[in-house]
Amino acid sequence: MKAKGGLLASEKTTDALHFDVDSIRADFPILNQMVHGKPLVYLDNAATSQKPSAVIDAMSRYYTADNSNIHRGVHQLSERATKEYEEARVKVQGFINAAHSKEIIFVRGVTEAINLVANSYGRANVKAGDEILITAMEHHSNIVPWQMLCEEKGARLRVAPINDKGELILEEFESLVNERTRLISVVHISNALGTINPIQAIVEIGHRHNLPVMIDGAQAAPHTAIDVQELGCDFYAFSGHKVYGPTGIGVLYGKADILDAMPPYQGGGDMIASVTFEKTTYNTLPYKFEAGTPNIAGTIGLGAAIDYVNQIGLERIGRYEDELLAYGVAALSQIPGLRLIGTAKEKAGILSFVLEGIHPHDTGTILDREGIAIRTGHHCTMPLMERLGVPATARASLSFYNTKQEIDSLVAGITRVKEVFG
Amino acid sequence: MTDLQDLYQELILDHGRRPRNFKPLDAPSRTAEGYNPLCGDKVKIYVKMDDDVVEDVSFEGSGCAISTASASIMTETLKGKTRAEAEVLFHTFHDLVTGQQAQLDAPELGKLAVFSGVSEFPIRVKCATLAWHTLRAAMNGDGEVISTE
Repeated sequence: MKAKGGLLASEKTTDALHFDVDSIRADFPILNQMVHGKPLVYLDNAATSQKPSAVIDAMSRYYTADNSNIHRGVHQLSERATKEYEEARVKVQGFINAAHSKEIIFVRGVTEAINLVANSYGRANVKAGDEILITAMEHHSNIVPWQMLCEEKGARLRVAPINDKGELILEEFESLVNERTRLISVVHISNALGTINPIQAIVEIGHRHNLPVMIDGAQAAPHTAIDVQELGCDFYAFSGHKVYGPTGIGVLYGKADILDAMPPYQGGGDMIASVTFEKTTYNTLPYKFEAGTPNIAGTIGLGAAIDYVNQIGLERIGRYEDELLAYGVAALSQIPGLRLIGTAKEKAGILSFVLEGIHPHDTGTILDREGIAIRTGHHCTMPLMERLGVPATARASLSFYNTKQEIDSLVAGITRVKEVFG
Repeated sequence: MTDLQDLYQELILDHGRRPRNFKPLDAPSRTAEGYNPLCGDKVKIYVKMDDDVVEDVSFEGSGCAISTASASIMTETLKGKTRAEAEVLFHTFHDLVTGQQAQLDAPELGKLAVFSGVSEFPIRVKCATLAWHTLRAAMNGDGEVISTE
């Protein structure tokens, strides 16, 4: 099947036509390879994105020239490493427009960020009978830490429902907020469906009830510009590896006054001002939450990734990805027996689908033999899969280095899957 | 594409589409549930033992073509086998799908030999063995939910 009948959004957005995807692809050395004798078509970007040479080189340069521990060495290397590490914090501050660099806490990723808030803010503020509000489309990382907290405290996790298209039902969400609610935590863009949640409205609902609002931005940070001050959210988290940086580094943004009032999450070096066996005084922000030697190379790599993304521009990235998504939706919709899962009006870069009579796992294996990398399974959103009545989906997730030709390859690959299954 | 054809042989596709013994048993001696958290495959195995012999065996659940066909062909193969024979088959089958044994030198495999192609797809071994691990749990009666992880 040819996907020639696809929407040509590019005809309307002429600027996107100037998006030079060939030169962008040249920045990502991993893309230029054969898999099972076919050119790699990497469509698993929601799981992790590939890394441009700029990121790989920055980390290699750090280990080659500057490697040392930070914040305590008096020597030249330590000074250089500390400077680069702290420069990355300022880059992150700019990336999400935080008011202060001390509001940027480096963590391993969104999972650790949410665990930090649940363990520190949550344990200090949530009591028996209290409630925490999430949505039905959360990733396990935005479910389980709250469940653990609720179990410990005798609190209750409330789940706001979605409709069949995979959109949050905002009125029902608001009706679940009550005097027992202590915190709201919501995903910005769903990893399984691509749904973009109305987080501005959610923050306003939270603040009308004097509740802190946490946003899981794992899928949003690579697709859309984030302005935490304009948004007004209390916490925002994203992972480096989904925004073209390395694994093992991520960011928790928190408003300074809230972070200041929170107890530390982990104890150890770097997070202290002074220690005696009788009493320890904690360090100031952001170090209070960064115990132990951090992921220095990863942080520097994340800084390089932010530079790279900024250089292309998130607005152009988002526009190009929207165009690819429209093309993909149109192309996949023409395949008989294919059902798209998640058809929210506001949606980003995710094509989740099921094929009639064919399990997604089998789809994934056959596509792999065509050189096409997708994710199959429940995408760490088992309650969501149950709500939508599917055991699993196949998910192609897009990045700005993908092309319409690659979506055509996906369509051809799906046709091949259907041939194998007769 | 030959390895793909080896994996999805006609017999596997047939059992994947129309699984045999796909029902609960009325009065099972043993049941066990198995689960593959990687892909969400679920299986429940029902066994009716007559002394030391598998009188009847069936399954329910949801999964990919490989895991469904494996469970289906397993139930067909096991009826009338003794507990010891079933145990031997489990190990022979496991060796087959993990590529530790050529299919031809194990005639007792019968139809199960159709799963030899799985060994070229290490990530799919868990799909092929889920029903077997669950069967063992049912026969050994430890009653725990089996996970492939």
